[in-house]
Amino acid sequence: MKIRYFAWVRERVGKTEEDLELPESVVTVDDLMAWLAARGEEYARAFENPKVIRAAIDRSHVRPEAAIAGAREIAFFPPMTGG
Amino acid sequence: MAPMTRKSMATIRLQREDFDAAVEAATLTRGRSDIGAVVTFTGICRGSEAGDPIAALTLEHFAEMAEAEIARHVEEAQKRWALRGVTVIHRYGRITPGENIVLVVAASSHRADAFAAAEFLMDYLKTRAPFWKQVEGAESKTWVEAQAEDDAAAQRWDRPEPKPAGRGRT
Repeated sequence: MKIRYFAWVRERVGKTEEDLELPESVVTVDDLMAWLAARGEEYARAFENPKVIRAAIDRSHVRPEAAIAGAREIAFFPPMTGG
Repeated sequence: MAPMTRKSMATIRLQREDFDAAVEAATLTRGRSDIGAVVTFTGICRGSEAGDPIAALTLEHFAEMAEAEIARHVEEAQKRWALRGVTVIHRYGRITPGENIVLVVAASSHRADAFAAAEFLMDYLKTRAPFWKQVEGAESKTWVEAQAEDDAAAQRWDRPEPKPAGRGRT
Protein backbone atom coordinates (compact mmCIF):
# COMPACT_ATOMS: atom_id res chain seq x y z
CA MET A 1 0.00 0.00 0.00
CA LYS A 2 1.18 3.49 -0.78
CA ILE A 3 1.75 5.61 2.31
CA ARG A 4 2.35 9.36 1.98
CA TYR A 5 3.60 11.84 4.59
CA PHE A 6 3.26 15.61 4.76
CA ALA A 7 4.64 18.56 6.76
CA TRP A 8 6.33 17.59 10.05
CA VAL A 9 5.21 13.97 9.74
CA ARG A 10 7.17 13.85 6.46
CA GLU A 11 10.18 15.55 8.07
CA ARG A 12 10.27 13.14 10.99
CA VAL A 13 9.80 10.01 8.88
CA GLY A 14 12.38 11.36 6.44
CA LYS A 15 10.51 10.50 3.24
CA THR A 16 7.54 11.76 1.25
CA GLU A 17 6.07 8.35 0.40
CA GLU A 18 6.72 4.63 0.33
CA ASP A 19 5.10 1.35 -0.66
CA LEU A 20 4.65 -1.05 2.24
CA GLU A 21 3.28 -4.58 2.60
CA LEU A 22 0.97 -4.48 5.60
CA PRO A 23 0.27 -7.51 7.81
CA GLU A 24 -3.35 -8.65 8.10
CA SER A 25 -3.41 -7.54 11.73
CA VAL A 26 -3.43 -3.92 10.54
CA VAL A 27 -7.13 -3.23 10.10
CA THR A 28 -7.69 0.43 10.93
CA VAL A 29 -5.85 3.73 10.47
CA ASP A 30 -5.02 3.61 14.18
CA ASP A 31 -3.54 0.11 13.77
CA LEU A 32 -1.45 1.38 10.89
CA MET A 33 -0.06 4.28 12.95
CA ALA A 34 0.89 1.87 15.77
CA TRP A 35 2.50 -0.51 13.26
CA LEU A 36 4.43 2.32 11.62
CA ALA A 37 5.58 3.67 15.00
CA ALA A 38 7.26 0.30 15.66
CA ARG A 39 9.28 0.39 12.42
CA GLY A 40 12.12 2.51 13.74
CA GLU A 41 13.20 5.55 15.65
CA GLU A 42 12.18 8.10 13.03
CA TYR A 43 8.69 6.53 12.76
CA ALA A 44 8.38 6.36 16.53
CA ARG A 45 9.04 10.08 16.71
CA ALA A 46 6.63 10.90 13.88
CA PHE A 47 3.83 8.86 15.44
CA GLU A 48 4.64 9.43 19.13
CA ASN A 49 1.32 11.25 19.59
CA PRO A 50 -1.12 9.63 17.13
CA LYS A 51 -4.03 11.69 18.49
CA VAL A 52 -2.73 14.83 16.76
CA ILE A 53 -2.12 13.14 13.41
CA ARG A 54 -4.76 13.30 10.69
CA ALA A 55 -5.23 10.74 7.95
CA ALA A 56 -6.75 10.54 4.50
CA ILE A 57 -7.64 7.42 2.55
CA ASP A 58 -7.64 7.91 -1.22
CA ARG A 59 -7.67 11.68 -0.73
CA SER A 60 -10.60 11.90 1.69
CA HIS A 61 -10.34 12.71 5.39
CA VAL A 62 -10.95 9.69 7.62
CA ARG A 63 -11.14 9.07 11.36
CA PRO A 64 -8.53 6.90 13.16
CA GLU A 65 -11.03 4.04 13.51
CA ALA A 66 -11.61 3.89 9.74
CA ALA A 67 -10.88 0.53 8.09
CA ILE A 68 -8.06 0.55 5.56
CA ALA A 69 -9.30 -2.45 3.54
CA GLY A 70 -9.40 -1.62 -0.16
CA ALA A 71 -7.43 1.62 0.19
CA ARG A 72 -4.95 2.44 -2.56
CA GLU A 73 -3.23 5.28 -0.73
CA ILE A 74 -3.12 6.48 2.87
CA ALA A 75 -1.72 9.87 3.83
CA PHE A 76 -0.64 11.07 7.28
CA PHE A 77 -0.24 14.72 8.21
CA PRO A 78 -0.62 17.24 11.04
CA PRO A 79 -3.79 19.32 11.47
CA MET A 80 -4.16 21.61 8.48
CA THR A 81 -3.09 25.25 8.61
CA GLY A 82 -3.96 26.63 5.19
CA GLY A 83 -6.09 29.60 4.26
CA MET B 1 -9.64 29.32 -19.70
CA ALA B 2 -12.29 26.69 -20.44
CA PRO B 3 -15.82 27.94 -21.06
CA MET B 4 -17.92 27.63 -17.92
CA THR B 5 -21.58 26.95 -17.57
CA ARG B 6 -23.68 29.71 -16.14
CA LYS B 7 -25.33 27.97 -13.23
CA SER B 8 -22.55 26.17 -11.39
CA MET B 9 -19.62 28.22 -12.55
CA ALA B 10 -16.66 27.45 -10.32
CA THR B 11 -12.94 27.96 -10.76
CA ILE B 12 -10.43 26.32 -8.42
CA ARG B 13 -6.72 26.91 -8.84
CA LEU B 14 -3.72 25.86 -6.76
CA GLN B 15 -0.71 27.78 -7.92
CA ARG B 16 2.72 29.02 -6.96
CA GLU B 17 2.24 32.39 -8.69
CA ASP B 18 0.49 35.44 -7.28
CA PHE B 19 -3.07 36.37 -8.28
CA ASP B 20 -4.95 39.63 -8.80
CA ALA B 21 -8.17 39.71 -6.77
CA ALA B 22 -9.67 42.52 -8.86
CA VAL B 23 -9.05 40.67 -12.11
CA GLU B 24 -10.56 37.47 -10.70
CA ALA B 25 -13.70 39.29 -9.48
CA ALA B 26 -14.08 41.07 -12.83
CA THR B 27 -13.67 37.76 -14.68
CA LEU B 28 -16.54 36.32 -12.67
CA THR B 29 -18.96 39.16 -13.39
CA ARG B 30 -18.02 40.25 -16.91
CA GLY B 31 -20.98 40.23 -19.29
CA ARG B 32 -23.39 39.09 -16.57
CA SER B 33 -26.60 40.86 -15.58
CA ASP B 34 -27.79 38.19 -13.10
CA ILE B 35 -25.12 38.96 -10.50
CA GLY B 36 -25.91 41.66 -7.96
CA ALA B 37 -23.26 40.94 -5.33
CA VAL B 38 -19.62 39.88 -5.30
CA VAL B 39 -17.73 39.18 -2.08
CA THR B 40 -13.94 38.96 -2.42
CA PHE B 41 -11.77 37.70 0.43
CA THR B 42 -7.99 37.79 0.21
CA GLY B 43 -5.77 36.20 2.85
CA ILE B 44 -2.38 37.95 3.09
CA CYS B 45 0.89 36.91 4.71
CA ARG B 46 1.51 38.93 7.90
CA GLY B 47 4.95 40.18 8.82
CA SER B 48 4.84 38.66 12.29
CA GLU B 49 3.65 35.48 13.92
CA ALA B 50 2.84 35.45 17.66
CA GLY B 51 4.68 38.77 18.04
CA ASP B 52 7.88 37.67 16.29
CA PRO B 53 8.86 39.05 12.89
CA ILE B 54 8.96 36.48 10.11
CA ALA B 55 10.96 36.32 6.89
CA ALA B 56 8.44 34.22 4.96
CA LEU B 57 5.85 31.46 5.07
CA THR B 58 6.30 28.26 3.10
CA LEU B 59 3.09 26.46 2.26
CA GLU B 60 3.25 22.73 1.67
CA HIS B 61 0.19 21.04 0.16
CA PHE B 62 -1.22 17.69 -0.92
CA ALA B 63 -2.21 18.77 -4.40
CA GLU B 64 -4.58 16.03 -5.55
CA MET B 65 -6.44 15.96 -2.26
CA ALA B 66 -6.57 19.75 -1.95
CA GLU B 67 -8.28 20.08 -5.32
CA ALA B 68 -10.80 17.36 -4.46
CA GLU B 69 -11.44 18.75 -0.98
CA ILE B 70 -11.93 22.33 -2.17
CA ALA B 71 -14.22 21.12 -4.98
CA ARG B 72 -16.35 19.24 -2.44
CA HIS B 73 -16.75 22.37 -0.33
CA VAL B 74 -17.51 24.56 -3.33
CA GLU B 75 -20.26 22.09 -4.29
CA GLU B 76 -21.57 22.20 -0.73
CA ALA B 77 -21.62 26.01 -0.84
CA GLN B 78 -23.47 25.89 -4.15
CA LYS B 79 -26.10 23.63 -2.54
CA ARG B 80 -26.54 25.85 0.50
CA TRP B 81 -26.64 29.24 -1.15
CA ALA B 82 -27.88 30.65 -4.45
CA LEU B 83 -24.48 31.32 -5.99
CA ARG B 84 -23.88 32.61 -9.50
CA GLY B 85 -20.15 31.97 -9.47
CA VAL B 86 -17.26 30.94 -7.22
CA THR B 87 -13.50 31.26 -7.57
CA VAL B 88 -11.01 29.80 -5.09
CA ILE B 89 -7.26 30.26 -5.53
CA HIS B 90 -4.76 28.95 -2.99
CA ARG B 91 -1.04 29.55 -3.39
CA TYR B 92 1.74 27.22 -2.26
CA GLY B 93 5.50 27.58 -1.97
CA ARG B 94 7.38 30.46 -0.36
CA ILE B 95 5.35 33.60 0.34
CA THR B 96 6.79 36.75 1.90
CA PRO B 97 4.98 39.28 4.16
CA GLY B 98 2.49 41.39 2.25
CA GLU B 99 1.97 38.81 -0.47
CA ASN B 100 -1.35 37.13 -1.19
CA ILE B 101 -1.97 33.58 0.06
CA VAL B 102 -5.58 32.72 -0.68
CA LEU B 103 -8.54 34.15 -2.58
CA VAL B 104 -12.25 33.37 -2.35
CA VAL B 105 -14.68 35.16 -4.66
CA ALA B 106 -18.40 34.41 -4.31
CA ALA B 107 -21.03 35.95 -6.60
CA SER B 108 -24.79 35.87 -6.15
CA SER B 109 -27.89 37.84 -7.04
CA HIS B 110 -28.21 39.28 -3.53
CA ARG B 111 -25.50 39.91 -0.95
CA ALA B 112 -26.44 37.51 1.86
CA ASP B 113 -25.61 34.40 -0.20
CA ALA B 114 -22.23 35.73 -1.33
CA PHE B 115 -21.20 36.85 2.18
CA ALA B 116 -22.20 33.55 3.79
CA ALA B 117 -20.64 31.36 1.10
CA ALA B 118 -17.32 33.25 1.20
CA GLU B 119 -17.11 32.89 4.98
CA PHE B 120 -18.08 29.21 4.84
CA LEU B 121 -15.43 28.48 2.22
CA MET B 122 -12.69 30.30 4.14
CA ASP B 123 -13.56 28.55 7.41
CA TYR B 124 -13.32 25.18 5.67
CA LEU B 125 -10.15 26.04 3.77
CA LYS B 126 -8.41 26.83 7.05
CA THR B 127 -9.26 23.54 8.73
CA ARG B 128 -9.93 20.94 6.00
CA ALA B 129 -7.87 21.80 2.92
CA PRO B 130 -4.55 19.93 3.09
CA PHE B 131 -2.13 22.86 3.33
CA TRP B 132 0.51 23.37 6.02
CA LYS B 133 2.29 26.63 6.83
CA GLN B 134 5.89 26.72 7.93
CA VAL B 135 7.22 29.97 9.37
CA GLU B 136 10.67 31.05 8.34
CA GLY B 137 12.00 33.15 11.20
CA ALA B 138 15.35 34.88 11.50
CA GLU B 139 17.11 31.70 12.58
CA SER B 140 14.80 28.72 12.39
CA LYS B 141 11.79 27.22 10.65
CA THR B 142 8.74 26.13 12.61
CA TRP B 143 5.40 24.62 11.58
CA VAL B 144 2.35 26.72 12.37
CA GLU B 145 0.07 24.98 14.86
CA ALA B 146 -3.63 24.60 14.13
CA GLN B 147 -5.80 27.03 16.06
CA ALA B 148 -8.77 25.88 18.13
CA GLU B 149 -10.64 29.03 17.09
CA ASP B 150 -10.34 28.00 13.45
CA ASP B 151 -11.88 24.61 14.26
CA ALA B 152 -14.69 26.33 16.13
CA ALA B 153 -15.29 28.65 13.18
CA ALA B 154 -15.58 25.69 10.81
CA GLN B 155 -17.75 23.67 13.17
CA ARG B 156 -20.47 26.30 13.35
CA TRP B 157 -21.32 25.41 9.73
CA ASP B 158 -21.82 21.73 10.60
CA ARG B 159 -25.41 22.32 11.66
CA PRO B 160 -27.77 21.01 8.97
CA GLU B 161 -29.12 24.49 8.26
CA PRO B 162 -26.69 27.36 8.84
CA LYS B 163 -27.82 30.91 9.48
CA PRO B 164 -30.77 31.38 7.17
CA ALA B 165 -29.48 33.48 4.32
CA GLY B 166 -31.79 36.47 4.26
CA ARG B 167 -32.36 37.79 0.80
CA GLY B 168 -31.16 41.31 1.59
CA ARG B 169 -31.19 43.38 -1.54
CA THR B 170 -28.00 45.05 -2.56
